Amino acid sequence: MTEDPGAELTSTEARDLRRLAAFMVPASTEHGMPGADDAAIFADIVGSLGRDRDAVRNALARLREIAGGDFAALDEAKAEAASMTLLGRGGPLMTALGRAVLQCYYRDDRVLRALGLEPQAPFPKGRALEPGDWSLLDAVRGRARMWRDVDDERR
Amino acid sequence: MAADVRPDTARPTDEIVDVLIIGAGASGAAVAWSLADTRMRILCLEQGDWIKSGEFPSNGRDWEARRYAEFDISPNRRARDTDYPINDANSPMKIANFNGVGGGTVIYTAHYPRMHPSDFRVRTLDGVADDWPIDYWTLEPYFADNDRVTGVAGLAGDPAYPPHQPTMPPVPLGMTGTRYARAMNQLGWHWWPSDVAVATTEYDGRAKCINLNHCTPGCAQGAKASVDITYWPSALRAGVELRTRCRVREITTNEHGMASGVVYFDGKGVERFQPAEVVILAANGVGTPRLLLNSASARFPNGLANSSGLVGRNLMLHPWPQVFGYADAEVDGDRGPQTVMWSKEFYETDRARDFVRGYTLQFSRGTGPANEAITSMIFGRLPWGKEHHRVFRTLHYRRLLIGVACEDLPEEHNRVTLDPILKDGHGIPAPKIDYTISENSRRMMEHGIARASEILTAAGATNISCSRTMLNSPGHLLGTARMGLSPERSVVNAWGRCHDVKNLFIVDGSIWVTSGGVNPTSTIQALALYIADSIKQRLATLFD
Repeated sequence: MTEDPGAELTSTEARDLRRLAAFMVPASTEHGMPGADDAAIFADIVGSLGRDRDAVRNALARLREIAGGDFAALDEAKAEAASMTLLGRGGPLMTALGRAVLQCYYRDDRVLRALGLEPQAPFPKGRALEPGDWSLLDAVRGRARMWRDVDDERR
Repeated sequence: MAADVRPDTARPTDEIVDVLIIGAGASGAAVAWSLADTRMRILCLEQGDWIKSGEFPSNGRDWEARRYAEFDISPNRRARDTDYPINDANSPMKIANFNGVGGGTVIYTAHYPRMHPSDFRVRTLDGVADDWPIDYWTLEPYFADNDRVTGVAGLAGDPAYPPHQPTMPPVPLGMTGTRYARAMNQLGWHWWPSDVAVATTEYDGRAKCINLNHCTPGCAQGAKASVDITYWPSALRAGVELRTRCRVREITTNEHGMASGVVYFDGKGVERFQPAEVVILAANGVGTPRLLLNSASARFPNGLANSSGLVGRNLMLHPWPQVFGYADAEVDGDRGPQTVMWSKEFYETDRARDFVRGYTLQFSRGTGPANEAITSMIFGRLPWGKEHHRVFRTLHYRRLLIGVACEDLPEEHNRVTLDPILKDGHGIPAPKIDYTISENSRRMMEHGIARASEILTAAGATNISCSRTMLNSPGHLLGTARMGLSPERSVVNAWGRCHDVKNLFIVDGSIWVTSGGVNPTSTIQALALYIADSIKQRLATLFD
């Protein structure tokens, strides 16, 4: 297969990442959440790799090593085990992989609505913030001076 | 004035200016604004761009992701073409900055405490480091001027500070601050609403805060007081010229040992010479020593203004552990300015402790869902797989976070040098950082982590954890061209003039003698205003 060298991922990498993403953040009927392998979310992930692209590609190469060559050929249980082995290693590659997936997952409209959030940019609408209980400051107002004087004669 | 222009250059030469300022950040803006009333011809060269409010992340649905991209605090990850790389591999704390009009204030949290009076007298009071050649009371009127121009929300009456009057009401406590406040009262410890450079009312043409939360990577509302919207509009109206995308390579000198101007690359990459009568460095505690070291010449073989050998040394970065806890119910999350309040309970030296000096506790609100997930993933709080969704619901909008802002004492081995290999996009040698956290700082950090954990427990939080260094990049770049009375032990004098080059001034954080345990921007700007005033008062004898 001819690959576009400018593409974010090769077709093999994209296939492996999508399967991996399903193990990272699986769909949940209990919480009404799609998985990170959902078509729209996954397209966002692949299109938003940006500064993490090389790290994600390296992480996928490690995944293939763990899988013994072909991650796609593993059955479900072995694929999940390989994924968790990779993710358990931590370090900068896993940080980049996690960031690439989570920054897109947690901006999906369905995910945000399931969390009780309005899917919108913060600006220009802004947000409401309650003032809080300022009477609590009364306990501090009466304290003696705490700062150390340096006996400067010019004052 | 004595400076003259290098006649032997084939580079395009610009018209001479009276004052050339390098860097349009916190200190460069303040000094330009103050000097503007002299009617001198003042030019500022800035390597970055103007950032329009419409470019800030909180305008878009990808707002959380962009803090890890072109608005990342690390220049190495951000990697805009206006950034320069920094080799910080040999430091547990990474360097944060922003290159553009506004400098670091574009991406700061706007937490705006002043230094304390004791911070200027650490040798006298505590027998460590050195006293400053100036004191809090010298700066006090400039703190007040700076607060007025900046617009500072806060509340008068804090027993931890000399009296001062913030210009606007404090940011709301919210649910998060109320939890912290109850816990602090239960423990009997000091707290007070923070001074924050955020407009809580309409102020000087700026709109009031609408609780975007995303203060750090730029405020789309314009409520956060970055100097591109505070000092710079006034300075430009007063006649100061500001050229962007102009990266200075070196400061040149003449046969009298005076600064004669700078060689810089303009926005088209053309190398030019800008002559000047006075040069003012405002390029931060990493950029300034980098430029001085890159300005080595036959006259100044160890770098410009470096007869003391202290240019680049005594780098202070503020170790800043972050202690996380999670409440049993929803709190503010990402609604509201990030910083809420501070505690100075452990700020001053207590001889009963195993360290000298102290720290501020900085109390923060939470964060958005993506950033919560990413940081919790990094720290192992949020699992992958089937448990992911259940655990995320115990974290989302429940975060409590206390930062421990430790005073970092100067040590000469903590330093900025020139990297022998790494260069920026114009081929200029990049800075290299060698930094270790001292034993005193480590003890202070552990003390602060333990106290913050007690506070979080009292606030009803569980799942308490700490990042000692991983998120420890406050971007406070201090001490690398220190101020002092002795030319052997300092780089600039008590009013910012280089001992070695009498028409070269430094106004950024590099002139700090010690670091205090506070965010530095307020004091950096008060210092810049004080130095500008010192220049104005001495115009007739400036080079004597």
